[in-house]
Amino acid sequence: MVAELGHFALILAFCLAFAQALIPLAGTLANKALWIGTARPLSCGQFVFVAISFACLVTLFLQDDFSVAYVANNSNSLLPYYYKVSAVWGAHEGSLLLWVLILAGWTLAVAIFSRTLPADMVARVLSVMGMIAVGFYLFMLLTSNPFERLLPFPPVDGKDLNPLLQDIGLIIHPPMLYMGYVGFSVAFAFAVAALLAGRMDSAWARWTRPWTNAAWSFLTVGIFLGSWWAYYELGWGGWWFWDPVENASLMPWLAGTALIHSLAVSEKRGLFRSWTLLLAILAFSLSLLGTFLVRSGVLTSVHAFASDPTRGVFILAFLGVVIGGSLLLFALRSSTIGAKASFGWLSREAGILLNNVLLVVTLAMVLLGTLYPLVADVLGWGKISVGPPYFNFFFVPLGLLLILSMGIGANLQWKRQSTGSLLSLLKAPVVISPVLAVLWLVLAGWDLKVASLLGLTAALWLSLFTLQDIWQKSSYSGGRLAGLSRLKPGYWGMIVAHLGIAVLAIGITLTSNYSDQRDVRLVTGERIQVAGYDFLFQSVEQVRGPNYIAQQGSFAVFTTADDADAEPFTTLRPEKRRYLATGNMMTEADIDGGLFRDLYVALGEPLGDGAWSVRVYVKPYIRWIWLGAMMIALGGVIAVFDKRYRKVKVNSSASVNSAPVNSEPKESTPALVRASKDS
Amino acid sequence: MDRVKLFIPLIIFVVLAAMLYWGLGRDPNAMPSALISRPVPTFQLPELGQLKDTEDTSLVVTGQPEILDETLFLGQVSLLNVWATWCVSCRVEHPYLLDIAETGVRIISLNYKDEVEAAQQWLEKYGDPYEQTISDPTGGLGLDLGVFGAPETYLIDHLGVIHYKHVGVVDDRVWRTTLQPKYQQLRNALPEAEK
Repeated sequence: MVAELGHFALILAFCLAFAQALIPLAGTLANKALWIGTARPLSCGQFVFVAISFACLVTLFLQDDFSVAYVANNSNSLLPYYYKVSAVWGAHEGSLLLWVLILAGWTLAVAIFSRTLPADMVARVLSVMGMIAVGFYLFMLLTSNPFERLLPFPPVDGKDLNPLLQDIGLIIHPPMLYMGYVGFSVAFAFAVAALLAGRMDSAWARWTRPWTNAAWSFLTVGIFLGSWWAYYELGWGGWWFWDPVENASLMPWLAGTALIHSLAVSEKRGLFRSWTLLLAILAFSLSLLGTFLVRSGVLTSVHAFASDPTRGVFILAFLGVVIGGSLLLFALRSSTIGAKASFGWLSREAGILLNNVLLVVTLAMVLLGTLYPLVADVLGWGKISVGPPYFNFFFVPLGLLLILSMGIGANLQWKRQSTGSLLSLLKAPVVISPVLAVLWLVLAGWDLKVASLLGLTAALWLSLFTLQDIWQKSSYSGGRLAGLSRLKPGYWGMIVAHLGIAVLAIGITLTSNYSDQRDVRLVTGERIQVAGYDFLFQSVEQVRGPNYIAQQGSFAVFTTADDADAEPFTTLRPEKRRYLATGNMMTEADIDGGLFRDLYVALGEPLGDGAWSVRVYVKPYIRWIWLGAMMIALGGVIAVFDKRYRKVKVNSSASVNSAPVNSEPKESTPALVRASKDS
Repeated sequence: MDRVKLFIPLIIFVVLAAMLYWGLGRDPNAMPSALISRPVPTFQLPELGQLKDTEDTSLVVTGQPEILDETLFLGQVSLLNVWATWCVSCRVEHPYLLDIAETGVRIISLNYKDEVEAAQQWLEKYGDPYEQTISDPTGGLGLDLGVFGAPETYLIDHLGVIHYKHVGVVDDRVWRTTLQPKYQQLRNALPEAEK
């Protein structure tokens, strides 16, 4: 009964989305206020029904209704309730339902928080989002219905959730990632609406900015959680594998990062407008491509839990319509009239241009590496594996360049910076950062390597430039504190995110250069010394979990400086689990985390005679990678709360695409004045 | 002219989409090697068993290492199995390889991008179905062969020419329905003396 209710609610949500895609847009063409006015109520209705449908699926999981195929394949009566809930998005059908739920959520948010926008613009935006929703509802109802029954012979118990997914990280990772992916649909919808209306002014850019920042922050958190999950759950000790699925989430992030910066120029200076539109389309297209790559089985990878070519054909057709359609619209409607504003080569515009070029080149490199096996196959060059060596070869130098240019770029003024003032800006960071980098490595007792010196110098360079910028922007006649409090959230968001990049770069540099790893055969009672730590293999015991049995090792950890009879400062308990329903073996590493180093022990295979293969890592500064990622996401969130995005009431009759830069005269002067103070 | 430039993104997308569509129509397990009907690429790599590790875990060669090259495949029909200890599916496949090796099938293996010591331990622990194991820690031969991921199994005739490539685990079904018939066919084509 609940399954049928959920299915029915899904069909109703589809019908409402269909109406939402058509009626408001038709209203803007026919100029009928009543039709335009339906956009908001239809969005609310669609959200309510898809939420009911989602709630039904959650209920089915909690009730262990194994007559529903999706529940039977992905759950088990022994599963704890929180994994039953997260199992809802553990496989294809349910994750799609989550996708549309989140899309409906973003649509509702646009409907609620767009009171200050002209009604016809809102109608267009919501219609475009309705069209995307229609595609996904059709996809679910035609090829992947999560409510399908296994009647008349339902299984007695479910097959259980993939043990890899039975983890707290996987409860929140997909929703966060999808919040990011789907969030870019808002920027996309605004871009398509602007193209449809022929209005690509700075108001468009200002409306889009907070939504893009929010989506980008969610995506950052999603990627960070995925990396974190891979680190401690897969038992490989790495934090990024250049796996196609990871790349699929990195690509929209890179496009989104470029978009955020390009939007700033479009809003403040009216430049790069076509380019910004294209990036908005690109970011969402890559989000869809991410969904496609993961779900269709075109590329095989460790993550590819689901593969079914018929579904792939549907997604490809859908991608073709959405991306091809929007790019066609872009080609036909985008403004070809160049902006009249000019800028010098030493200016923030030029800095952001460089940032965009670097990001897009990086993006193209990742896209090429991800699709290369496929492309090579099509062109008959044979199968060539593209692995971390390829990606690191391009990514590391590009990343270094990006970080170095970021430090200077964010310090530059709009329009033009004089060479003399630039030199005074450069002095301190350029001299201090390499010295600090050398000092850091020497004090930590690490070898001086070119790679680590470069990485640290770049990170310190960025930090110093950023701090110097705060110092300069906060100078104010009313005193330093008053100066600081005058800085806007938009500016603080940028500062926090840029410092986050520096922290991330430090983490990556030190972890990749100074990690110590041992794979050894150990008998209980034996010790192994790694990087100043002494691991004593005490015992292996059998323990019982809710739906698995595990061999649990026990490792007492001492520092090598300790006396022989010192107390261990921690005990690590890695497990080798056997899941009862499927018989799958899983390695659960145990980690003693710290700000400056992680101790990581994973239990391998029993080798007989009480011996085990054991993997021990000491990874310095690895937490800084995720700390940095959190700061980056936080920066995006802070920027969303800049009041400037909301308080401006826009005259809906203003401007057409051929209007000159800063088409609203009221806006242009304060925007430029603020520009030198603000992000 | 400016308008034409705006069509560039659309054109790039159409080309990419066409390629993806083409990729969809293909069975990911039936990926042909570019080297089908070509000889095994030339290589010179050590036999796995000849390597011993020392205290500081750096690898040195003790005694005279047997260096293997492509002539290894001449004279007999062989399977070339690509495996590694980091490959979970290889562990799944391993018992079945032992079974078919017992029936007299000659299996050569390529230990691909692996740690030598770990690979030696693995063979000691699970049994060694391979007549010879080529050690390819850097993956150079794997790259020449177009290895997509482990495990992969190549069918090579007595002249060292690759006839078939199977991507993924070789199990009873795969062996009976695809590999064994092709293997028998090649065996039957052998001159009587070489059988």
